[in-house]
Amino acid sequence: MKIHDLIVIGGGPAGLAAAVSARRAGVQDILILERDHVLGGILNQCIHNGFGLHTFKEELTGPEYAARFIAQVKEENIPYRLGATVISISKEKLVTYVSREEGLVQVQAKALILAMGCRERPRGALNIPGSRPAGIFSAGTAQRLMNIEGYQVGKEVVILGSGDIGLIMARRMTLEGAKVKVVAELMPYSGGLKRNIVQCLDDFGIPLKLSHTVVEIHGKERLTGVTLARVDENRRPIAGTEEYYACDTLLLSVGLLPENELTRALDVTMSRVTNGPEVDDRLQTDCEGVFACGNVLHVHDLVDYVSEEAALAGKNAAAYVLSQPAAGRTVDITADNGVRYTVPQKLDPEHMADAVTVRFRVADVYRDRYICVYCNGERIRRIKKRVLAPGEMEQVILKKSELKEPLQSIRICTEVE
Amino acid sequence: MRKDYDVVVIGGGVIGCAVARELSRRALRICLIEKGEDVCSGTSKANSGIVHAGFDAKPGTMKAKMNLLGSRMMPKLAEELDIRFKRNGSLVLCLSEEGLPALHELYERGVANGVEGLAILTGDEARRKEPNLSGNAVAALYAPTGGIICPFELTIALAENACANGVEFRRNETVTGISREEDGYLITTDHALIGANCVVNAAGVHADEIHRMVSKLPMHITARKGDYCLLDKEVGGYVSCTVFQLPSALGKGVLVTPTAHGNLLIGPTATDVEDKEQTPTTAAELSYLTKTAALSVRDLPTRSVITSFSGLRAHEDGGDFIIGETPDAENFFEAAGIESPGLTSAPAIGCYLADLIAKKLGAEEKADFVPTRKAIPRLAELPAEERKALIAVNPLYGSIVCRCEQISEGEIVEAIRRPVGAVSLDGVKRRVRAGMGRCQAGFCTPRLMEILSRELHRPMEEICKNVSGSELLTGTMEGRK
Repeated sequence: MKIHDLIVIGGGPAGLAAAVSARRAGVQDILILERDHVLGGILNQCIHNGFGLHTFKEELTGPEYAARFIAQVKEENIPYRLGATVISISKEKLVTYVSREEGLVQVQAKALILAMGCRERPRGALNIPGSRPAGIFSAGTAQRLMNIEGYQVGKEVVILGSGDIGLIMARRMTLEGAKVKVVAELMPYSGGLKRNIVQCLDDFGIPLKLSHTVVEIHGKERLTGVTLARVDENRRPIAGTEEYYACDTLLLSVGLLPENELTRALDVTMSRVTNGPEVDDRLQTDCEGVFACGNVLHVHDLVDYVSEEAALAGKNAAAYVLSQPAAGRTVDITADNGVRYTVPQKLDPEHMADAVTVRFRVADVYRDRYICVYCNGERIRRIKKRVLAPGEMEQVILKKSELKEPLQSIRICTEVE
Repeated sequence: MRKDYDVVVIGGGVIGCAVARELSRRALRICLIEKGEDVCSGTSKANSGIVHAGFDAKPGTMKAKMNLLGSRMMPKLAEELDIRFKRNGSLVLCLSEEGLPALHELYERGVANGVEGLAILTGDEARRKEPNLSGNAVAALYAPTGGIICPFELTIALAENACANGVEFRRNETVTGISREEDGYLITTDHALIGANCVVNAAGVHADEIHRMVSKLPMHITARKGDYCLLDKEVGGYVSCTVFQLPSALGKGVLVTPTAHGNLLIGPTATDVEDKEQTPTTAAELSYLTKTAALSVRDLPTRSVITSFSGLRAHEDGGDFIIGETPDAENFFEAAGIESPGLTSAPAIGCYLADLIAKKLGAEEKADFVPTRKAIPRLAELPAEERKALIAVNPLYGSIVCRCEQISEGEIVEAIRRPVGAVSLDGVKRRVRAGMGRCQAGFCTPRLMEILSRELHRPMEEICKNVSGSELLTGTMEGRK
């Protein structure tokens, strides 16, 4: 059986950046396994712009952003397999994949980077009552059919959920001549980026109905309409507020779920909030030598942060392969009072880097709040924020020098005045 | 009159396919007409997938007889057709002391029907067997012969086997009229005029409409809708037996069961509906469903629902199956009012009707009848070495299309190319489970459409979810300009 120093599962933005970073940190023997027939992952179908502002200080489309990293992988001569679907991984880092060219292959890794990305929540998960006609797509499926395959999926559209893909698709379908009648969002706020609401809905006069959901789906063969209703504070539809919208297409942009089917076999601690594995400040899971980054770890808002996080995972995986660095006790990072979770979930105060970026999302829209960091019960940081929204990822950078010794606890929370 | 066939079977559900398969043992010219784009597209596609032990039906009824026979035939049939069947056992829960007499009555009925191995368990005994059972269960009827089967697999395997033995399948064809001629029947469809000696009515919820085309005797079928929720495989082991509650007048009530494929299924509700074509789920029923199922087990994991759907039961006013030659229409045979335990009874009904017809027509057994059929290989379930060997022979088995269920392009191509093959996304899904997993076809839809388009030589815009009219695309980008 072949043995590789590092196997990266997934050749999307996370996997590419991780592999490049590991190579630059000195790992020679790397293999990227990608199930699609091209590298780049979901970026390939994101033909809109807005990528790369942080990483490259310029505005790129998804394919352009991916191309930059694919070029780096090629420059570094990092081997990759396409059409190679990993079907299982084990605690011992035995990776089994299948492909058309190679058949079923088992390879052993010294270190593994999980970079499988995420998937969209389907209609079924929402349990929307009604019939089951054609014309209901998750926003990303519709995006693929339009942008990669070159087909139109509908003419009169209602979008449920104001996640970023839904917002982008509202604009995309409008530009392609479809009539997007409304975007309905269950929550009292959008789950997407502010800039997308402005550029994709406001600029095209597409109404966003907050605190609304689809309560019934109509149509036998093809969708003929949906019924929307306002929801109360418990997200239950309010009787009497039903409104019928005739449409042939319903796009769902109702959340993304990290794709951790493979991860389960590792028996690592999973976060119930992120649906990804819990990691330490090296982005290492409970299973030694297995690292995670990108949307399989937690769903990001910007790909730039995915690349940054993945580069860190790659660097740490390289250190693991090359020098088996020392590890010590870890301290949990607690998310509290409006902070839903943090990544990493814990850190090793003795061996941590001088600065550790902790990313998180908040639970609701907050105005004029502070993000606070407590160390051993004492506040060490207080950052004023005019607006905090669940759709945007936040971060604080913990400096090793400012953490108390011996470190007992870290708590990140929001506070009013 | 010109005779195109000896026997025309109307309806490609599990009953029609079972009758056709049994008839194909004989030297007869047979065709099956199905109005859907595929077999297994009515009641057979949306039911509980249970092989009932046989304690429910009143002793002496056709339901009781066919249930027991069908349940006994199932193991051999499953082996012949290479489909999954598991005797996982059934439990009927009694959730209050007041229910105990009814539970005992059910036990007695089961014994009278000839069901083997029945036992009444105390609540604690039942919970030892099934740890997630509700603490409120005071007693339970245990039936070790209860089982689970995949209704798609059974129906499609019967169809494939019937086809291999000479039955002609005419899908996408609707019977619009039947006239009785001197020496047979003339069947009018939306495509053709078909002459036959003998007709079998297995039209499910529409059986009464077909019946009225030839018979003056009363028959009335009510479509009784049942909503279901399907849960993720991660909770497929939540119960190992099929867990019922004490039955009511409308049916066997809401059950919680593992499926043959390892998901967890809860359902069905029971609501009589007017429209026999539309089967929308309703918020009220889905909510009733989860509430009622939650009475059977502790902490029902409703977070793990991956889809909900509904099916229609064909309930005849008389309450029993109507199986046999229609008294006022010679050579017109019927299997009507086939509601639960219809799936279980299908093999028995198939044999029963085929025997009657063969006798009536004096048809001989064929020497070359092939009773077996091989399933499409299920690569995800094979050990690595076998999987490797298969991919070496057919590289398409190495290309995974449906990630959730790990279904390869090779399996999908086979589902399309087989006799009575898939012609729609739903057809592929029912044959090989592509799109049946937790992402509900989010990722694989474009790939599946592409493969269907290539294999069927149809443009992408013509690829349908199921029947004509359910096209997924509305045009090409170029077409807009």
